[in-house]
Amino acid sequence: MREATVVSEPNPLQRIPGVAIVLVLLIALFSAIAPGFLSVANLSNVLVQSTILTMLALPMTLIIMTEGLDLSMGAVLTLTSLCVAIVSLATKSMLLGLGAGLLVGAAFGVANGWLVAILGIPPFVATLGTLGMAQGLSLIVSDGQSVVGIPHSVRDIYSATLLGVPVPIVMALVTYAAFHGLLYHTRFGTYIFALGGNREALRYAGLSPNRLLIAVYAIGGAMAGIAGLLMTARMNSGHPTAGLGLEFDAIAAVAVGGTSFERGNGWLLGTLLGVLSVGVLRNGLNLISLPSSVQVASVGVLVIVALFLDGLRSRA
Amino acid sequence: MTDISKEAMMPPRSFLSQDAIQVFYRLLAALLICAVLAVLSDSFLSLGNILNVLRQASLTFFIASGLTLVVLTAGLDLSVGANVALSACIAGTVIHKTGSPALGILTGLACGGIVGLLNGIMVTALRIPSFIATYGMLWVLNGLTYWYMAGETLHGFPAGFRQIGSGYLFGLPIPVYLLLVFLGIGTLFAQRTIWGQEIYAIGANPVAARLSGIPVARRLLLVYAVSGTMAGLASIIFLSRLNSAEADIGESLTLPAIAAVLIGGTSLFGGVGTVFGTFIGALILTLVLNGMNLLSVSANWQPLVTGIIVILAVWLDMKTRRRAQ
Repeated sequence: MREATVVSEPNPLQRIPGVAIVLVLLIALFSAIAPGFLSVANLSNVLVQSTILTMLALPMTLIIMTEGLDLSMGAVLTLTSLCVAIVSLATKSMLLGLGAGLLVGAAFGVANGWLVAILGIPPFVATLGTLGMAQGLSLIVSDGQSVVGIPHSVRDIYSATLLGVPVPIVMALVTYAAFHGLLYHTRFGTYIFALGGNREALRYAGLSPNRLLIAVYAIGGAMAGIAGLLMTARMNSGHPTAGLGLEFDAIAAVAVGGTSFERGNGWLLGTLLGVLSVGVLRNGLNLISLPSSVQVASVGVLVIVALFLDGLRSRA
Repeated sequence: MTDISKEAMMPPRSFLSQDAIQVFYRLLAALLICAVLAVLSDSFLSLGNILNVLRQASLTFFIASGLTLVVLTAGLDLSVGANVALSACIAGTVIHKTGSPALGILTGLACGGIVGLLNGIMVTALRIPSFIATYGMLWVLNGLTYWYMAGETLHGFPAGFRQIGSGYLFGLPIPVYLLLVFLGIGTLFAQRTIWGQEIYAIGANPVAARLSGIPVARRLLLVYAVSGTMAGLASIIFLSRLNSAEADIGESLTLPAIAAVLIGGTSLFGGVGTVFGTFIGALILTLVLNGMNLLSVSANWQPLVTGIIVILAVWLDMKTRRRAQ
């Protein structure tokens, strides 16, 4: 286990530059060219809008650390968001809605983990298959229509504040703290490093890499369930295409944040800064009235550049 | 489906006959689906429906045939659907602006090819894993296409151009002839040329391929460029068949194309598979979706079924190969 503890120490000096420079450059750029970008209202808007992405990007970091990938996250979030909407509409209970979303999300996560760990299907194809399944189920349960008229208790989650801080931000901060504790201060976290870096070592230590891998994907699915609640609250409805493509923003945040796709090392704070970079990029482009299509393309370019730099660094 | 496990019990044979057996079982599966559908639905065996199935399968096949070469090198191209959308929109605009279908076709093919080449550069020169590089490309292309179209729809193309996708020759749809031509070219290229064999070698063992003097980077560039160009071809057929182009036409094309390749027996791990297998794969997938349509199952079920088929196909492939070893 000695090696595992060595890699689990993040090395900020080596990594802060990349993602922090990206974030500072983006902020400087939009402060200069986008009127109103630096206002308190807009910045808090960026933070609130980044919360859903935070909830996807943190588990995505763990999954990518295991040399995996979850392309189904956006589609699963869409499905859980619909589940939250449908169940809370039927029962008038926000908690039952959240429970349904969590259950469906975790089920998809376990399915992803099972396909990857037990059947040994490459993660990107396994989760591409479940992406199709979640997308199909979303169309089936909603019949392609929006689910409207959901109770206030759901909608209020997005607009309410706790001690002056918007509830979504509180949820995102709690999530970050939980993931930080899990990854850096528990044995399970050390095992996650080993899943990507040295799976043999886990086997020699008498642990089951398969079960750990399923747990990691299940966490991703469950987080998509919680994010589904926020999505439904934010849109005040369930929509069969609400979260499509969000997994890409999550992957972008992880890649920009300096987590490598080929070695088992990840950095949660980097992912958080990556989420903010994606949020600032989209918000800034929006302020200078570029359509969401340009935002999508820009995020794509951001990922490719980040991966290229990652490749350069790993060869250096 | 159980025939595959029986086949795995046989003593190992040489690659080609193994491939031939795999294709044979898939043909049987396709015939079985036909038989079931013929019993369940009266309209399945009508000439109109069969020609329709072939025409639909040809569109999936054009995208999937180029993709087969990529998968043979143990890579993946997730950007094919988005590539079809961009190429169709650009080709459509050129035809509208210049009135020349020939120029439009060339632009569509070139656009597809350039996108493929960019994918190849990312995979070879920048050394980004192919599924991530092409996934990034997917969103870049989606963004470009939506921005370029700005919510508009292009429609109304010259009658001559529309013949390509919807015309008939001696009673068969023209896309079916194109399918046969590209099936022949693809099979000859993969099985009977040195470049084709080098592609198999790269997929089977990239290090050995490099050490034996195969220019791996150049072959990979070629493979991704071909995949892009075939997406460009599919965009032309799509454009002339639908007589319109919108930014979102590519979204439902990638998963079926990948499904066709995998059902056809091409291994995700590279080095094993045939273009003919992909043709059978496209046929099987189209038959299933067509059958659902005839049995009045809502189109909302199609992504779910396609997703399940993708996973089943990979799982069966891995099971067969594990037993064969």
